[in-house]
Amino acid sequence: MPCIEARGLRKAFGTTVAVDGIDLRVEEGRILGLIGPNGAGKTTALNAILGLTSYQGQLRVLGRDPWTEREKLMRDACFIADVAVLPRWMRVWQALDYFAGVHPRFDRAKAEGFLAKTTIGRASKVRELSKGMVAQLHLALVMAIDAKLLVLDEPTLGLDILYRKQFYDSLLNDYFDRSRTIVVTTHQVEEIQDVLTDVMFINRGRIVFDCSMEEFESRYLEVMVNPEQIAAARALKPIHERQVFGRSILLFDRVERQQLAALGEVRTPSIADLFVAVLSNQSGAAQGGAR
Amino acid sequence: MTTPSNTVPQSPLESQITAPAVITASRRMYWSVRRELWEHRSVYIAPLAAAGVSLLAFLIALMLSPRHRHEPLDIPYEFAAALIMGTAFIVGIFYSLDALYGERRDRSILFWKSLPVSDLTTVLSKLAIPLIILPLLSFAIAVVTQFVMLLLSSAVLLGSGQSVGTLGSRMSFFHMSLMLLYHILTVHGLWYAPIYGWLLLISAWAPRAPFIWAFLPPFVIWGVEKIAFRTSHFLGMLQYRLTGPEPSTPARSGNMMEIMSALTPVQFLSTPGLWVGLAVAAIFLAAAVRLRRYREPI
Repeated sequence: MPCIEARGLRKAFGTTVAVDGIDLRVEEGRILGLIGPNGAGKTTALNAILGLTSYQGQLRVLGRDPWTEREKLMRDACFIADVAVLPRWMRVWQALDYFAGVHPRFDRAKAEGFLAKTTIGRASKVRELSKGMVAQLHLALVMAIDAKLLVLDEPTLGLDILYRKQFYDSLLNDYFDRSRTIVVTTHQVEEIQDVLTDVMFINRGRIVFDCSMEEFESRYLEVMVNPEQIAAARALKPIHERQVFGRSILLFDRVERQQLAALGEVRTPSIADLFVAVLSNQSGAAQGGAR
Repeated sequence: MTTPSNTVPQSPLESQITAPAVITASRRMYWSVRRELWEHRSVYIAPLAAAGVSLLAFLIALMLSPRHRHEPLDIPYEFAAALIMGTAFIVGIFYSLDALYGERRDRSILFWKSLPVSDLTTVLSKLAIPLIILPLLSFAIAVVTQFVMLLLSSAVLLGSGQSVGTLGSRMSFFHMSLMLLYHILTVHGLWYAPIYGWLLLISAWAPRAPFIWAFLPPFVIWGVEKIAFRTSHFLGMLQYRLTGPEPSTPARSGNMMEIMSALTPVQFLSTPGLWVGLAVAAIFLAAAVRLRRYREPI
């Protein structure tokens, strides 16, 4: 049973279509990065998956319909919507008590263990904590839940680099194992590139790119082309070209490494570069189609 | 609780062995209500403050009153109870209006919805505050306050050499407390249910300013009815809801407690207004539960 399975998932707010017929299949044990520009429909899609918004089309999360069975789904799934949603009046011990009171899979000792590694006091109110500490607290609470699916929607928004790094490190080291599934959206793509097992680009409510990281690394190569060989490189049909300090960097899809090595320095592109390439090609194609 | 365990969770495999705890519906309800009390401390602070103020006022009255009185000392039990109950009622109104609106305004609804607690449980736990917690709490506070008043006036009477027996002559303390409990359970617990249901509904729905949305529509309905039909049935209905059912035998005074005590349980339970009110409350609540599912943070 796939962890998340969607077919023709669609959500419109009035005349604005936020999610426009998404087909999605996320297997157990994957860490999926959902990457897209602002307003691409990432959050709406995640909200549908979490039972926070109604939708059209078919959607099954852990075998359940999230909209009608949110309460049951949340026994096996949990999410961090963004760092700002922990209630500001709540004290740390109240959060622990409450989680232990209502969540069947919450392990209080585990949460206390995570918190012991931070400087967060039990009697502190959320409003007294810094943004980074709130994220630490939320992560400690969520990681102490033995969930099958964890959804993170911009979990590190507004945090400094140290907290961001720590956040993903503890997620990987202390939480993730092959039986859990994590879906994460973020704008800091570079920081999670090594974390992900799968990546998906979403734009204007549609999935425009979907592949596993193994495939990503074997398929895409980036070459900093020597100026004299630029014509030869362009003949190999790069999917994108950009200029950095007067040198051309070309991105290739499914071109042999040996062939490219002759043209210049070869390396695996960053997800961000591929994202820019895919999106600019797409908008170019869209404009071309309109013409 | 405060000893932090330094044991890093060993292996993920181990965590899977631990069977999930069984969480009953009543346990979820209990923690949901506790959560409300953590967030809204005014629920118990305000009635306590009202009790403190009324005791202080009574002390002033005792000090000002002439030392050698021969008529029985008049203890303002009912005023104290009314002050505490009234405070609780006002707190209940503001609480209900904020209950489902505040969590959308500060986006914490996303946090609450990430936990396995249904919208029904959440709304019911929020209804329990004005309907059960506040009345019972203010009853307990009122009884203690009245008892302290009784002790204080006994002390004053003993000090001035009078018999304490005159205090009990009007109404026994126990009987009075029982009447107060009856009043609380019937009026605050059952009769006012549609009022709180309406406030929770508005709280779940209002895009902003729930206070205005809750009080403006009744006002407009009253005005429109007055202009169009020159009647005021709607206003009468609201008054009826606020003042409680009328007893068949008129009470000695206009005091609400006495009106209620003249109304027997059988009379109260056979008042159609009670059941109509409860049905309306149920409709409002069902709508509020549904709205909580659909509403997103503001």
